[in-house]
Amino acid sequence: MAEVTMQVWRGDTAGGDFTEYVMPAVEGEVVLDVIHRIQAGPAPDLACRWNCKAGKCGSCSAEINGLPRLMCMTRMDQLPEDEPVVVAPMRTFPVIRDLVTDVSFNYTMARQVPPLKPRAPEADGTYRMQQIDIERGQEFRKCIECFMCQDVCHVIRDHEDNKARYAGPRLFIRYMELESHPLDTDDRRELLRQGMGLGMCNITKCCTEVCPEHIKITDNGIIPLKERVVDASYDPVAWLGRKILRRTKRSAAEAAAEAPAQAAPTWVDAPGPADDTAEGPAPAGGGPAPDA
Amino acid sequence: MPPYENHEYDVVVIGAGGAGLRAAIEAKELGQHTALVCKSLLGKAHTVMAEGGAAAAMGNVWPEDNWKVHFRDTMRGGKMLNNWRMAQIHAQEAPDRIYELERWGALFDRTKDGRILQRDFGGHRYARLAHVGDRTGLELIRTLQQRAVAMGIDVFMECKILRLLKNADGAVSAAVGYWRPTGEIVTFGAKAFVLATGSIGKSWLYTSNSWESTGDGHAMAAWAGADMIDMECVQFHPTGMVWPLSVRGILVTEGVRGDGGVLRNSEGRRFMFDYIPPMFAAETADTEAEADRWYDDHINNRRPPELLPRDEVARSINSEVKAGRGGPHGGVLLDIATRRSAEDIRRRLPSMYHQFMELAGVDITAQPMEVGPTCHYMMGGVRVEADTEATTVPGLYAAGEVAGGMHGANRLGGNSLSDLLVFGRRAGLAAAEYARGRTVSTAVDDGLVAEVVAEAEAPLGRDGGESPYEVHSALQQVMQELVGIIRTEDELVRALDELDTLDERARKLSVSGGRAYNPGWNLSTDLPAMLATSRMVAKGALERRESRGGHTREDYPAADPELGKVNLVQRVDADGAFTLTPEPLLEMPDDLQALFEEAPH
Repeated sequence: MAEVTMQVWRGDTAGGDFTEYVMPAVEGEVVLDVIHRIQAGPAPDLACRWNCKAGKCGSCSAEINGLPRLMCMTRMDQLPEDEPVVVAPMRTFPVIRDLVTDVSFNYTMARQVPPLKPRAPEADGTYRMQQIDIERGQEFRKCIECFMCQDVCHVIRDHEDNKARYAGPRLFIRYMELESHPLDTDDRRELLRQGMGLGMCNITKCCTEVCPEHIKITDNGIIPLKERVVDASYDPVAWLGRKILRRTKRSAAEAAAEAPAQAAPTWVDAPGPADDTAEGPAPAGGGPAPDA
Repeated sequence: MPPYENHEYDVVVIGAGGAGLRAAIEAKELGQHTALVCKSLLGKAHTVMAEGGAAAAMGNVWPEDNWKVHFRDTMRGGKMLNNWRMAQIHAQEAPDRIYELERWGALFDRTKDGRILQRDFGGHRYARLAHVGDRTGLELIRTLQQRAVAMGIDVFMECKILRLLKNADGAVSAAVGYWRPTGEIVTFGAKAFVLATGSIGKSWLYTSNSWESTGDGHAMAAWAGADMIDMECVQFHPTGMVWPLSVRGILVTEGVRGDGGVLRNSEGRRFMFDYIPPMFAAETADTEAEADRWYDDHINNRRPPELLPRDEVARSINSEVKAGRGGPHGGVLLDIATRRSAEDIRRRLPSMYHQFMELAGVDITAQPMEVGPTCHYMMGGVRVEADTEATTVPGLYAAGEVAGGMHGANRLGGNSLSDLLVFGRRAGLAAAEYARGRTVSTAVDDGLVAEVVAEAEAPLGRDGGESPYEVHSALQQVMQELVGIIRTEDELVRALDELDTLDERARKLSVSGGRAYNPGWNLSTDLPAMLATSRMVAKGALERRESRGGHTREDYPAADPELGKVNLVQRVDADGAFTLTPEPLLEMPDDLQALFEEAPH
């Protein structure tokens, strides 16, 4: 019977190494299937994350033969035959155990995004938006938060200290989604420039290459975002003018009809990454978020 | 006693899919100190896999639509076993919940005049599903997640709850669980708990459900003394992938059929025309020509039989395969390639296109998909009061898939995402109102905690026992073969015997490795809930001697009008055994009853 050789990184914060597992080959399998068979057989405690097994939840990200991939969408028959399949955890995030990493950085950054601030609705209480106007936002909202774009981003992959002042590609497309949202009235450009490190991205497009949803992170997200931020930064008067103009178009009634008051976003109180260690032990994905 | 980490809240929501997130948002909005506890990372819950859309009678595509039509469709789809009041509230409030998501940032696909577009789905008379291509669940969970995060709700990720504990007054006041990354025990004290733990599908071999769907909430509610209803009503979605074997069960959205896809057998025949049940005959097309005209003209044509409710379609596929007219891998063929342009297919069904291309090497714009039934959804669950989602245990609420009643014996596609929003909100609201101003003893009983912890930890210290993976695999075989889509008395009796054996085996598990992120140990702590829910399903299925909705008995192929008037209520008695009692359904008021006497079309 044909066999597959898997070299899987096993270890924890104290260190680790690759362990080899030779498993029978099964037609049509993806890497995650083989990992599951290893769990059901030789290594019941092999840690990995997964949920949907259909490329929709973004849980099972790993570095397969050196490249970030979703284990559930990587077919074994598309990897080189007669070579071991090397499976390692994402390198940019601290390892918890085996293939599971502490991705709380991404959640910390997500807490700092000022949420949508919608304009007033139409008279009937709902909104009209044209399909063409929402398609850019929809592209970014395809993001399954696999965090592989964060994993390959040089700014944080090789420079741990940058994480304190850099949101990363996943969050940049979230900001761009809000910036291009037809209903949004907020402006996050100064925050992006000062607090989120947008300028540190040097558009090498590594993030775009690994995106399993084929989102054009750099071309459609980061570059337009940089342009907007530069506009605001170089010509604050013009920006202010546009902002005031937009404001004065709204009546007081419209303003009052806005969405219910949001809780103060965490970033107001705690610029930069929030101190995540205040409460209890810090488990994977952070512990409880500080209550704003 | 070891000093366990403890957290005190007004409201603790267990489960962070659509229902849990929506409940937590509501409780927090009402000023309650609220925690959200989930087994996976935030945003990964099963809601993320929902594809087709959220049903809401907004009337954006067909102005003829309204809540009464939606209510009627829901009840008929559920074979009238539904809690009518839940079905009514759901139909009335779903549009508001969808519009609310839009205010929070969701970007639904649009009609030409800029409103939210709605798509056709099985059992819905009008195009009613608000959607985003075929990734509506992702849009829904992300919108709610971002809202919850912006509100500053405390989220405990990768934290598994094992048991609910009651105080001296008999109210649920605490929960015991552990952090998956460290394996350390954690307890929560709260005035009110909301269960939003989703499904039970991981007890079957072929399922669209993820590892999380282990019936934790169903079991914890039952163990806490809550009434459970209609646990035999499990939905097998008609269209799961069947090949390659490793992806068998993964969902193929009903949107494929809603958007024009048809089912064919190996002879190329659209076999669904051979399976139109009398209940739906008056509103179902009996020629291909009429069915095809319906997509553009719902008023003058009747709907294609491919869009019958899911239970009907799943059974029909099963029959075709049994009769030897299946595809090469034991499914039937779902064809949209010959029905819509490649561009349309890629635009409206992008995830399906990628899923088949990448996992099966099938280009759905050029070839048919091979599909077959897959365990998908639990209609049965915790009995709740329709307006508040209060269970029969004080301090305990349940919303979403863990709650029973809303969908009766069969859920219509699209009614789940709207259910999450409508009843998630109501559960959060009622839990918040219950908690407000109430002084409840949330002191955790150390002795009870110790018992729960000892049971959970036992496999870690035991040598020579069986692996939890083996017992899980055996359970999946039993449920797949004996408590599947078509059931018989003999098989159900055997299943209950097998479950006794599995209970024994599960008490003697051994787990290697430590506590920190150990999936083997995690599975051993999921098994008690899986076994308890499986037992309730088998027991209910044995007692419901009729076929109704998702529950099909080969030995009782017809619906029994008398059984159609009762919920099968299961409870855990003082000795820990499950009891079962038929109890009458809520009586529907005359004005709603009248809706079923109108002409169907």
